[in-house]
Amino acid sequence: MLRTVATIYAIVMMVFFLGPILIALPLSFNGAGFLSYPINPFSLVWYEKILAPVPWLRAFANSLFVGLSATLIATVLGVGAALALSRKDLPAKRLFLAIIIAPMIVPSIILGLGLYFVFSQLQLNSTYLGVIIAHSVVCLPFVVIAVSAQLQTFDVGLVRASQSLGADNWKTLRSVVLPIIAPGVISGAILAFVHSFDEVVMVLFIAGPQQRTLPRQMFDGIKDNIDPSIFAVSTVLFVFTTTLMILVNRLSARKP
Amino acid sequence: MSSIALVEYRRLASARVFRRLASFGLLLPALLLLFLFFFIPIGYILFNSVNNSEVRTAFPRASVEAARIVTGKPAHPAFYDALAEDFSTLKDTRALGEAARRLNYEVVGYRTVVLKTGRTFGSRPAGRGDNAARFAEIDERWTQPDFIAGFTRATRLLTPYYFLRALDMREDDSGDVVRVGEDVRVFVATLLRTLEISGSVTILCLLIGYPLAGCLVILPRGLSALLLFSVLVPFWTSILVRTSSWIVVLSKEGIINSTLLKLGIITEPMQLVFNRTGLYITMVHVMLPFMVLPIYSVMRSVPKTYLRASLSLGAHPILGFWKVFVPLTMPGIASGCLMTFIITVGYYITPTLVGGPKENMITYFIAFFVNDTINWGMAAALGTMLLGIVMALYFTIGKVVGIHRIVGLK
Repeated sequence: MLRTVATIYAIVMMVFFLGPILIALPLSFNGAGFLSYPINPFSLVWYEKILAPVPWLRAFANSLFVGLSATLIATVLGVGAALALSRKDLPAKRLFLAIIIAPMIVPSIILGLGLYFVFSQLQLNSTYLGVIIAHSVVCLPFVVIAVSAQLQTFDVGLVRASQSLGADNWKTLRSVVLPIIAPGVISGAILAFVHSFDEVVMVLFIAGPQQRTLPRQMFDGIKDNIDPSIFAVSTVLFVFTTTLMILVNRLSARKP
Repeated sequence: MSSIALVEYRRLASARVFRRLASFGLLLPALLLLFLFFFIPIGYILFNSVNNSEVRTAFPRASVEAARIVTGKPAHPAFYDALAEDFSTLKDTRALGEAARRLNYEVVGYRTVVLKTGRTFGSRPAGRGDNAARFAEIDERWTQPDFIAGFTRATRLLTPYYFLRALDMREDDSGDVVRVGEDVRVFVATLLRTLEISGSVTILCLLIGYPLAGCLVILPRGLSALLLFSVLVPFWTSILVRTSSWIVVLSKEGIINSTLLKLGIITEPMQLVFNRTGLYITMVHVMLPFMVLPIYSVMRSVPKTYLRASLSLGAHPILGFWKVFVPLTMPGIASGCLMTFIITVGYYITPTLVGGPKENMITYFIAFFVNDTINWGMAAALGTMLLGIVMALYFTIGKVVGIHRIVGLK
C-alpha cells in the first residue's frame, strides 16, 4: 500500500521535474515558429539560426572563454584551499570553510553589485578580466567542496609512507596526493564550469556588450520575445549539461 | 626541563610552525581572491549605503558653511559667498551633475536649480557683492527653507537617507523621522512581499519535498535511482532553460491550458504565468533539489529498526513516524528549509522573468537602481538589507546544522 502510493508520487514528481523541459525543448524543431504543438513542419531552421556568428555563436564563444578561464583559476586556488582545510595543523578550520563557502550563499546580485562598485574604481567594468574574476569567486566553493569530499576518503598514512620512502613534499603531492584526489578535482572543475556557464546576474551588472555571454543573450531573448531559437540553444545546453552530470556521477561513484 | 629536551622541543615546535605556515600558504591565494573580490566589494556596498560625498565634493566651501546653518533659520551671508566661490571654481561638470542628482533626492526640483545656477556661473564668473541676492535672482528657491535644509542634510559626513528611504521614511526639515507620502511607499511592501514569497516557496518545497525524499529511501533501487536522476537533471540544467520551458508550458497557448480546454474542464485559458501562480510553480521546481537532497541524506542514515522498535512498543505507525522518524530527520529539514529560503530571498532571474509587476522582490529594485536610475545609494541600502537577512540565516545554519554539513562534508 505504502509502496504503491510512493510509486505513484514518484511518477508524478518525475513528470513535474522533467515534463516541462521535455515538452518545451522539441518546440525548437517547429518550422512554423509557433511555440505550440503539433510540430509542423519539422525543421532545423532554428538550429541554423543559432549557428550564425552574431549573436549566438559569439555569445557561446564568450561563455566558453570566461567559463574555462574562471574554472582554471578556481581549480588552482580551490585545490590548494581544500588541501589546506584537510590538514590537521590548520587552526580555525570551520571559520575558513565558512568564509570560502560564503560566495555560494551570498546572493549573486549582492556580489554583482559590490563588484560593480569596485570595478568602476578599477576600470574593470565591461572587461573580460572583470567577468572572469567575478566568476572565479563564485566558482571557488564548488571546487573546494568537491575536492574536500574526495579528501575525506583519503588515507593520511599514504603521505607518511611516501615521506618515509624518501619523497619530498612536492614529489608526494604530485605522485601520491593528486592522483588520488583527481576525480574530486575533475568533478569540482566541471561543477565550476557549469556554474559559470549558467551565471547571468553578475554579468548583467559588470559585463559590457562585448562580453555578452550565452545566458545573458538568452535572458534578453526570454524577456523580450521568446522564439524557438531560445529552445534550440536550450536543447544544446540541456544535452551538454546532462552529459557532464552523468560524467560527474560516474567520477564520484569511483571512490577508492 | 633538560637542555637536550628543550632543544628537541624547540625543533618540534618550529616544525609545527612550519607546517602551519605551509597550510596557510596553500590557503592564502584563495583567501586573497576572496578578500579582494568578495569582502572588499561587500565593504563598498556598506559604504555606499551611507556615503554622502557628492555635494561635499562639488561644493567643499559651502558644505563647511552649511554645517553652521541653524535649523529653521535662513542661511547666513557667508554660506552664499562660499557657494558662489564653489560655483565659479567648479571645473568638473560630472561632479556638478552628481551633486545635483543627490540634492534632488532631498528636495525635488533641486537638480534644475543647481544646473541652471551652474550654467549662469559658467558664463559669468563670481564677483563681489551681495551673493545672497544674486542666488535669489538666479532662482528664488535658493533662499527657501526646505532647499537650505536639504542642502544641510546632503552635506553631512554620512547620510541615513537611503536606509530611511528603504524603510519608506525620511527626515523632515526639522530633523524628525517621518513616513513618506502614501503614494511613494514601496519598499516595506516589497520587503514583506520578498519574505512572503520566500516563506511560501520554502513551505511548499518542504510539503512536496519531504515525501519525495521518503520515496527515494523506500522505493526499490531502480525506481529510486530514476527518481534521483530526475531530481538532479533540473539541478544541472541552466536556470534559463528551465524558466523558459515553464513560460511556454504555462502560457495561454501552452500544453496545460490547451489540454484542459480540450477536456472541457475550463472554458477559457487560465492566466498561469507572469503572476504569483507561475512564480510559485517555477520557483518550487528550481528550489526542490535544495530541499530534497539534504533531507534525503539525513533520512538515509536513520536506522529502520527505530521505527520497528516504536511499532513493537505498540505505537500506531503514524504516531511512530511523527514521534520517532520526523524528529530524527530534523537536521535535514532545518538545513533544507534554511537553504531554500536563503536562495529564494536573493533570487533575481526567475521572479523577473516569470513574475508580474506584483511579484517584484528586493532584488528587482537593486537591479533597477543600478541599471535604470543609477542611484547607487538606494541599491546599496537595499543590498545591505538583503545581505543582513542572508547573513543572519547563514549564521543560523552554522549554529544549527554546521556549515560543513550543508555542503555534505563530515
